[in-house]
Amino acid sequence: MKEKFFQKSLIEDLLDEQNKHPQKYLPPKTLKKIAKKHKRPIPQVYSVASFYPRLSLKPRAKYIIRVCENLACHMEGAEKVIEAIKEFLNIDFGETTKDGLFYLEKSSCLGLCSLAPVILINDDIHGNLTPEKVKEILKNYIEKEKSSKN
Amino acid sequence: MIDFKVIGTPILLRNIKKIDPESIEAYIETGGYEALKKALKKSPDELLEEVKKSELRGRGGAGFPTGIKFEIAKNQKETPKFVVVNAEEGEPGTFKDRIILENDPHLVIEGAILAAYIIGANYGYIAIRPDYTLAIKRLEKAIQDAYKYGFLGDNILGSNFSFHLKIKRGAGAYICGEETALLEMIEGKRGEPRKKPPFPPQKGLYGKPTVVNNVETLANLPFIIYYGSEEFKKYGVEGSYGTKLFCMSGDVSWKGIIEIPFGVKLSEIISLAGGVKGGKLKAVILGGVSGSLVKYDEVDIEVDYHSLGRIQAGPGCGTIIVLNDKRDIVDVCENIMRFFKDESCGKCFPCRLGTEASYRIIKKIKEKKANLHDLFNLERICKTMKNASFCGLGQTAPNIILQSLQKFKDEWLSHIS
Repeated sequence: MKEKFFQKSLIEDLLDEQNKHPQKYLPPKTLKKIAKKHKRPIPQVYSVASFYPRLSLKPRAKYIIRVCENLACHMEGAEKVIEAIKEFLNIDFGETTKDGLFYLEKSSCLGLCSLAPVILINDDIHGNLTPEKVKEILKNYIEKEKSSKN
Repeated sequence: MIDFKVIGTPILLRNIKKIDPESIEAYIETGGYEALKKALKKSPDELLEEVKKSELRGRGGAGFPTGIKFEIAKNQKETPKFVVVNAEEGEPGTFKDRIILENDPHLVIEGAILAAYIIGANYGYIAIRPDYTLAIKRLEKAIQDAYKYGFLGDNILGSNFSFHLKIKRGAGAYICGEETALLEMIEGKRGEPRKKPPFPPQKGLYGKPTVVNNVETLANLPFIIYYGSEEFKKYGVEGSYGTKLFCMSGDVSWKGIIEIPFGVKLSEIISLAGGVKGGKLKAVILGGVSGSLVKYDEVDIEVDYHSLGRIQAGPGCGTIIVLNDKRDIVDVCENIMRFFKDESCGKCFPCRLGTEASYRIIKKIKEKKANLHDLFNLERICKTMKNASFCGLGQTAPNIILQSLQKFKDEWLSHIS
């Protein structure tokens, strides 16, 4: 029992493998590998991976932008912030920028409602946003990326 | 980052921003783990009596008496038993568990150990959403330290009681806040709810007796065990003892967490948060978007289970989203139903189709393209969801819509062509 208790669950393995991938997703070969480790049929692992919003079966990007547009954020103007992101990066929900840097997705409530409107870029919290502020933040990420390449 | 306020003396927020959350020594200095030491000298039966006498009710939303839940699990013969801490906070407008876990992780750990001792569990999981990264980091450190100090592990503090605690990350699904869906998630399956009965205290994780408790509920246990139920019952009012955390957001001047003893008026809580912003009060969404809608002329009401029950409301998980009079109730309802349509797990028919169909009708009404027949249909679908959905998600998804149809009927009708 004790041994089983301390093991990582299937979902945790999927999360960690996904994080290791440069495009933050679970390709078929990863699903196969994890299925083997957990002695579960591949379709079952697929059904789990496809259920959870935080797991992705399609390639994403280095930075995943997760935007909340639930009530508290909606009331503080989340839609305008989201429009600004879409326009600035020229992508819609579920799309990756051409340079492979950003991926945009909708999220359920992020539990940061006192900072509404709020987004997560990977694990970093950005709150009290306006369309102008969010563009500045994205610019900073792009700048940082450029300077790390040079 | 998240601000907080208190009415009266706090139970849950007593250490917050006063001690270093990453230091077990700081927690011990404030009297931490004293409740555990005291508990180990008593029998689980005595402690169970104390929890039952405290009349503590679950803080996750349903308000089930915690002592009774413990008793059912304690009476089961099967072993091993489990304690599961439900930290899959996902209700829009709710961030109270985050603030406890990030600022006082040991309080929850001590609560979980006490629950385990009472029911006779040797294993426990803290099931937490993966994007609470700071909370996970601090919990990991806190659990490690608790092992070092002998508060967790085999033969805790030299007794013959052993308890192991581990963090279990989920992968972000609102439905996993439902206790049986949460158990499925821990088992590494799709987070779809199970049929009840059997209830988790009878057959839970891996089919074994399991108590699933909200973070805030367990955070009350060290106080109850250390000071006793009599002291606990000095907080709050009859039928609703203790304190409750409320998360303020929406059209209020100040946003954050407020801890109140039960019985404080809703209007008083709103005033403490600096009052309504940008207009006059229109309504309050109380207890989350699956909770209840309190109209402006009803806010002069005590926040406790009994008083709120009179207006078909409840404290729920402790969410207060304030709406000012410039807000369109149809727009608010559209946003709420869009959330539920996205989060419905798809297992049962009334919820899967009901959320989608009612969202479409609300959208049509908002665009002023709907007729009276659509409005009747909306009400019918919502009632079907409430009556026929498999789990709490579908049963409570139409709450705000149904209440707004009653309380703001004219506004709905003004959108009808």
